[in-house]
Amino acid sequence: MDEPKIRDQTAALDPTSGRYVGRPFRRVDGRDKVSGVTRFADDLEFPRMCYLRLVRSKIPHGRISSVDFAPAQKVDGFLGSLVGTEMPETFGILPVSQDEHALGIDRVRFVGDPVAAVAATSEDSAYEAALQVRVEYEPLPTIASIEEALANPEPRIHDYGSEGNIHKRVSMRFGDLQSGFEEADLILEDHFFYEGNTHMALEQHATVAVPEDVDRITVYSSTQTPHYLHRALTRVLGIPAARIRVIACPNGGGFGGKSDPFNHEIVAARMALKLGRPTKITLDREEVFYCHRGRHPVSMKIRTGFSKDGAMTAQHLQTALDGGAYGSYGVASTYYTGALQTVTYPLPRYQFDGVRCFTNKPPCGPKRGHGTPQPRFAFEVHLDKAAEKLGIDPADLRLANLATPGQVTANWLRLGTIGLRRCIEAVIEGSEWRQRRGNLPYGRGLGLACGAYMCGAGLPIYWNHLPQSGVQLKLDRSGGVALFCGETEIGQGSDSVLAALVADVLGVDLQDIRLCVADTDLTPVDLGSYSSRVTLMAGNAALQAATRARNLIAGAVAERLETAPENLVFAERRVFDSAAPEAGLSFEDAVITAEARFGTLSTVGSYIPPRSPGKYRGAGVGPSPTYSYSAAVIEVEVDPSSGIYRPVHVWLAHDIGRAINPTLVLGQIEGSVYMGLGEAMMEEQAFRRLPRHLSDALVHKVPSVLEYKTPTFLDMPEVTSYLIEDPDPEGPFGAKEVGQGPLLPVPPALANAIHDAVGVRIDQVPIQPYMILQALAAGDKGEEARFGPIGFPEVDFGETLIVPTPEEGGDGRAINDPKSQRHSKMRGDTGTMSDRDKALKTKDRALTTK
Amino acid sequence: MLRLPQFRFHLPGSIREALSILAAEGPEARVVAGGTDLWPNMKRRHQKPATVVSLMSIEELNGVDVADTSREARIGATTLLEDLVRNPALRARFPGLARAVASISSPPLRHMGTLGGNICLDTRCTYYNQTEDWRRAIDYCMKEAGTVCWVAPSSSRCWAHTASDSAPMLCALGARLRLLSADGERILPITELYRDDGIQYLTKRPDEVVADVLLPTASDSDHCRSSFWKLRRRGSIDFAVLSVAAAVWTDARGVVSDARIFLGAVGSQPVAVEAATETLRGQSLTEERIAEVAQLARKLATPMDNTDFKAQWRGLMAARYTEAALREIAGLETEVLPPRHATL
Ligand SMILES: Cc1cc2nc3c(=O)[nH]c(=O)nc-3n(C[C@H](O)[C@H](O)[C@H](O)COP(=O)(O)OP(=O)(O)OC[C@H]3O[C@@H](n4cnc5c(N)ncnc54)[C@H](O)[C@@H]3O)c2cc1C
Ligand code: SF4
Repeated sequence: MDEPKIRDQTAALDPTSGRYVGRPFRRVDGRDKVSGVTRFADDLEFPRMCYLRLVRSKIPHGRISSVDFAPAQKVDGFLGSLVGTEMPETFGILPVSQDEHALGIDRVRFVGDPVAAVAATSEDSAYEAALQVRVEYEPLPTIASIEEALANPEPRIHDYGSEGNIHKRVSMRFGDLQSGFEEADLILEDHFFYEGNTHMALEQHATVAVPEDVDRITVYSSTQTPHYLHRALTRVLGIPAARIRVIACPNGGGFGGKSDPFNHEIVAARMALKLGRPTKITLDREEVFYCHRGRHPVSMKIRTGFSKDGAMTAQHLQTALDGGAYGSYGVASTYYTGALQTVTYPLPRYQFDGVRCFTNKPPCGPKRGHGTPQPRFAFEVHLDKAAEKLGIDPADLRLANLATPGQVTANWLRLGTIGLRRCIEAVIEGSEWRQRRGNLPYGRGLGLACGAYMCGAGLPIYWNHLPQSGVQLKLDRSGGVALFCGETEIGQGSDSVLAALVADVLGVDLQDIRLCVADTDLTPVDLGSYSSRVTLMAGNAALQAATRARNLIAGAVAERLETAPENLVFAERRVFDSAAPEAGLSFEDAVITAEARFGTLSTVGSYIPPRSPGKYRGAGVGPSPTYSYSAAVIEVEVDPSSGIYRPVHVWLAHDIGRAINPTLVLGQIEGSVYMGLGEAMMEEQAFRRLPRHLSDALVHKVPSVLEYKTPTFLDMPEVTSYLIEDPDPEGPFGAKEVGQGPLLPVPPALANAIHDAVGVRIDQVPIQPYMILQALAAGDKGEEARFGPIGFPEVDFGETLIVPTPEEGGDGRAINDPKSQRHSKMRGDTGTMSDRDKALKTKDRALTTK
Repeated sequence: MLRLPQFRFHLPGSIREALSILAAEGPEARVVAGGTDLWPNMKRRHQKPATVVSLMSIEELNGVDVADTSREARIGATTLLEDLVRNPALRARFPGLARAVASISSPPLRHMGTLGGNICLDTRCTYYNQTEDWRRAIDYCMKEAGTVCWVAPSSSRCWAHTASDSAPMLCALGARLRLLSADGERILPITELYRDDGIQYLTKRPDEVVADVLLPTASDSDHCRSSFWKLRRRGSIDFAVLSVAAAVWTDARGVVSDARIFLGAVGSQPVAVEAATETLRGQSLTEERIAEVAQLARKLATPMDNTDFKAQWRGLMAARYTEAALREIAGLETEVLPPRHATL
C-alpha cells in the first residue's frame, strides 16, 4: 500500500490574511449574468451563419432503410444536409463505450435518436425542412425496462457489452461476508426503486461551429467538458486535435447533462466544414430530454447485518440500472451505485453486485451525485428502519457509527477529514430533533439522513498520467494578472473561486485578474466541470501557479528592498516588508521589478490527485482526494386523507472543509435541496408504451418543461444551511466540494420524515400522494404499511471478484482476477479506463505517459 | 426552439372590421387574444390557420363592470386575467371566480392571457399537447390526423379534458356570453357553449367571437357564495388535474335556495353535479349534506390517464375537493389538505 503523499494545501498561506477567501465576495460574473451581458452559446452570431436542425427517429428501435431529403430541399433557404455515413467513426464519453454515431448509420435505438441533419439560412427554414425529411425504417422489437432487457437477450440493442442486452455486470466482495452476517444480531433486507429523472438545466444545449482557413474549426458550445468534446471531435472529424479549437461558453446550468460529447456538437462542426459557413444549433426542450444522460432508474436490494448497538457487520447491495440506449458514463454509473456505500459508516465487509441494461430510451448518465443518490436513498431509509427495529434514535445510530478520518475502507478508499458528526449535531440542534421527534401531532414528522460525496474523481475518464488540471498565469508591467485555465463555468462559481485564490495569494483585487477559461487553444487542459472536481483540482493548480508567481516577485522585490523574501507581504495591491510597511512597492512596480529581473513573467501550476490504494478491477471508481459529508433533517406535513404532503422546513449541514466563498456554498446547498426535493417528490423521466396490438410506439411520456414536473418557488420550503468548516489538507485553503454532496441526504430524509408523520414506508421515489394513501390503506387492513417494490430482478452478476480488506491484510488486489495479476504494476485497474492493452500495443503516448 | 408556421396576421381596431375579416376568411381564420394557448399550439402544429386575427386592439372588448351589484356584471372578453385578479370589486362579489382566475398558470401568463381565451381554451391531453415530432412517433391520435384514441383505444370519441379554470366557475355562477359574428349578436348560457367531446368541445361557430361575459345579479334576499378548489401538482403554472367550482345561494336564514357545482378537468367539458342542487335545495349546509354531495361528485368524475397524477387517485380527490369547497362556503373548518389553488 502506498503511503499518501504529505501535502497540506491549508498550510500554503494563512487564509485569514486574504481579502476574499472565506468571505462572501461578489462573484466575478455576477453582474454580467443578472444584466444579460453574458454571452451563452445561443447568443453568438457570426456573418453568414446558418442554422442546423437534427431529424430524429420517430421509432424506438429499428433499421434505417432510406432517408429522402427531396421535400426538404424545396423549403426556402435550405442549404444542405448530412447523413450518418458522412461521419462513420463512433464516439462516446468512456473509452469502453464508443457506441454512438453522430447520425444513425444503420440503426436507431430510441425515439429521438438523430438520423439526419439539415441546414438553412434561418431557424424557421431549418425547422420546416427538418419536418419535411422522409425517413423509412424497418422496426425491431423494443426493450422498455430492466426486466425486459434481462428477459430478452435478442434483438441486441448493441453488439457489445456483457451479453444480450446487459451492458455491464459487476460483482465484488470485500471481506468475509458470511461471517459478518453470522455475527449480526439483526439482519435487515429491503427493496427500493429510484425512478430516473433529468437535469432540467434552464439553458438548452447550443453549439456554434465556425470554420476557419483550411481544415481548422472553432466550436463554441454549452458543454461542461470541452476537453472531452475536443477528443470526440478529433476522432469523428478526422482532423488533428491541434486544428480544432473548442470553447466552452458559460453554461446556463449543467448538472451533468452537458458532460458527454453530443451528436449536435459533432454534426454542427461537420456541417460548418461542409458548407463553409458558421453553423448554429440550439436544441429545443424536447431534444434536451432526448440528450438526457440523467439519473438512471435503479432497482435495489440491500441486506445488512447489525449488532445490537447499531454497528454494521456486513452489507450486500445489489443494483440494476436502466441505462437507456447508449453507454454514456454508464459503466462508471454502475460502479458508483456501489462505490461510496463505505465512506460514511464503517462497513467492515461489503459485497456489491451491479448490472446495467440497454433499453430503447434516451441514454442515462451522470446527474448531480452521479450514481450515488439511488443507493444513498436505499441505505439511509434502510438505516431508519434498522434504528426503529433496534430501538435506537436514528441520529444516535449514525453518531455512534461514523467512519474514521484517514481510514482505508473495506473497498480500499482512503478517507480524508470527516465533518459528519458536526453536520448531524448541527441539524438535530437546528430542528430541535431531540425535543420534537416523536412528539409532533399525527401528520407531522421529522426525518434524518446523511450523505457523502467525492471531491473530484481520482482518475480521469481515459487512461493517462497527465495533470487533471492546469493553470497558467501571465503577469506583466500593467500590473494585471491573466489566469488561463481549461475549467468551465457552469454557474457553480468556479471562475470566482479561481480568481479569488490567485487574488489572495498575490494580494491583488478580483478586478485585476483577467480570466481566460475553457478554450482548448489557449488554456491548459482541465478535465471539466464534473465529479465536483474543479475547486479542489483546478484550485490546487491555481494555488501552485500563484505561489510560484509570488515567489518570483518576492525574489526580485526582496533584492530591491534589501530584505528577505519571507518578510514580504502581498496585500492591498502592494508588496512590502512586514517590518517596514510604508517602504514597499505597488504591485505594478513589483511586477516591473520582477519582469526586469527575470524577463517575461509566466508561471504554471498543475494537479494530479494522490494515488489510491485500491488495485482491483473497478478500483478506479470511488477514489477521491477527500470526501465531503452532509446531513439533513426535513420536517414534513402529510394529509392522511389525500396523501398530499408538503415539506415544511429543511435543515442541511455540509462539511465544506473551508468555504472559499460562503455565499456560493449556500447557493449550492439550497440548489441541491431544491433538486433533491424535485427528485423525491415529483420528477420522473417516464415513458409510455402504446397498446402493443395497435402500435410499436415507446415514447418519452411528457418531454416538455410544463409537464415534466419540477418544483416551483412556491413548492420550496425554507432551508436552513450550516457550513461545517474543518479544513482538509488536500483542498486549496482546506476546501472540499459542495456541488453535489448536499443533494444526497434529501430524498431519504423526506421518506423518513413521511414515515415519522403517518407511519408509512414509501420505498421508492418520487413519492406520490397515492402511494401514501395506498400504504395507509394497507396498514389499516393489517398489512405492512408500505409502498414500494416487492422484489429484485433475477440477475446473473457473473463471477464475484474477491478482494481481501485492509483489515484482513489484503494488498488492494483481487485474489481471483487473472487480468489484474498480469497488470499488477499498472496503477489501478478500472472498468472505466480505456483499453490499456490497446493503448500499450499501439504505444499511444497520450494514453500511457507515465 | 420551436418555430411558428407562416400565416397572415391582422390587428383590426374595431369589432366590425374583425368580424368581416373572419366572415371573409371562413374556417381558415382564427382569432387570437393573449396567444398563451394559441401560439404554443401553433408551434406544435396543432392549429395551422392561414390567417390570425388579433382582438387586442379592439377597445370595446376590454373592461370590467362589476362594482354595481344591482346590475348584471360584465367582463369584456379581452380583459387580462391579471386585471381581474387585481379587481377588488370582483373579489368581493365573486370570490370563487377571483380565485379561479388567480389560479390560472403563472403571473407572466396572466399578464398576457385573457378571460375570453380562457373560456375558449383548447381541451388537453398528454397524447396531444406534444410536438409534431412526438405525435408522429405515436401516429397521431383521433383529435388530429390519427384514428385511435390512445387514452381509451376502444372508444370512438376523444376524451381530451377541459382545462380552463374559469369555465367551471362561470358555469356554476350561471354566466352568459355575448357572441358576435357578421350575422349579428346572440346571448348564450355558458353551459351551452361546451360540448362533451374532446375535439368539437365548443358549440359556437369559428366565426363567432366571444365579446362579453355576463354574470347575473341574484335577488336581494339571496346571498351568493362561491368557492373554487383546484388540484394540481405545484403551487403555480400547472393546469388543473381536477377543480371544483361551487356557487351556493342562501336566504337570510342560511337555507339553500340554489346550488350549482361543476367539476373541471375530469371530462371534456365542465361536469355539472346536477343532483347536488336537489340534495341541497331547501336545506342548510350541514356536514352530512356536504358529505353526500361529495359522493355524488365522485361518481360523476371520469378522470382519464391523460394528464398529471394517477387517474384513480384524481377520482378519489373529486370527493375530497368537493367537500372542501362546500365546507369553505359553509364556514366549516377545512382539513389540512394543502390547497393548490392561489391563496386569495
Ligand atoms: C404554461 C402554461 C400554463 C397554463 N396554465 C393554465 C391554467 O392553470 N389554467 C388555465 O385555465 N389555463 C392555463 N393556461 C392556458 C392559457 O394561458 C389561459 O387559458 C389563457 O387564459 C388563455 O387566454 P389567451 O388570451 O392567451 O388565449 P389565446 O391563446 O389567445 O386563445 C385561446 C383560444 O381561444 C380562442 N379565443 C380567444 N379569444 C377569443 C374570443 N374572444 N372569442 C372567441 N375565441 C377566442 C382562440 O382562437 C384560441 O383558440 C396555461 C398556458 C400555459 C402556456
Ligand atoms: S383523449 Fe384520445 S383522441 Fe383525445 S387527444 Fe387524448 S389520445 Fe387523442
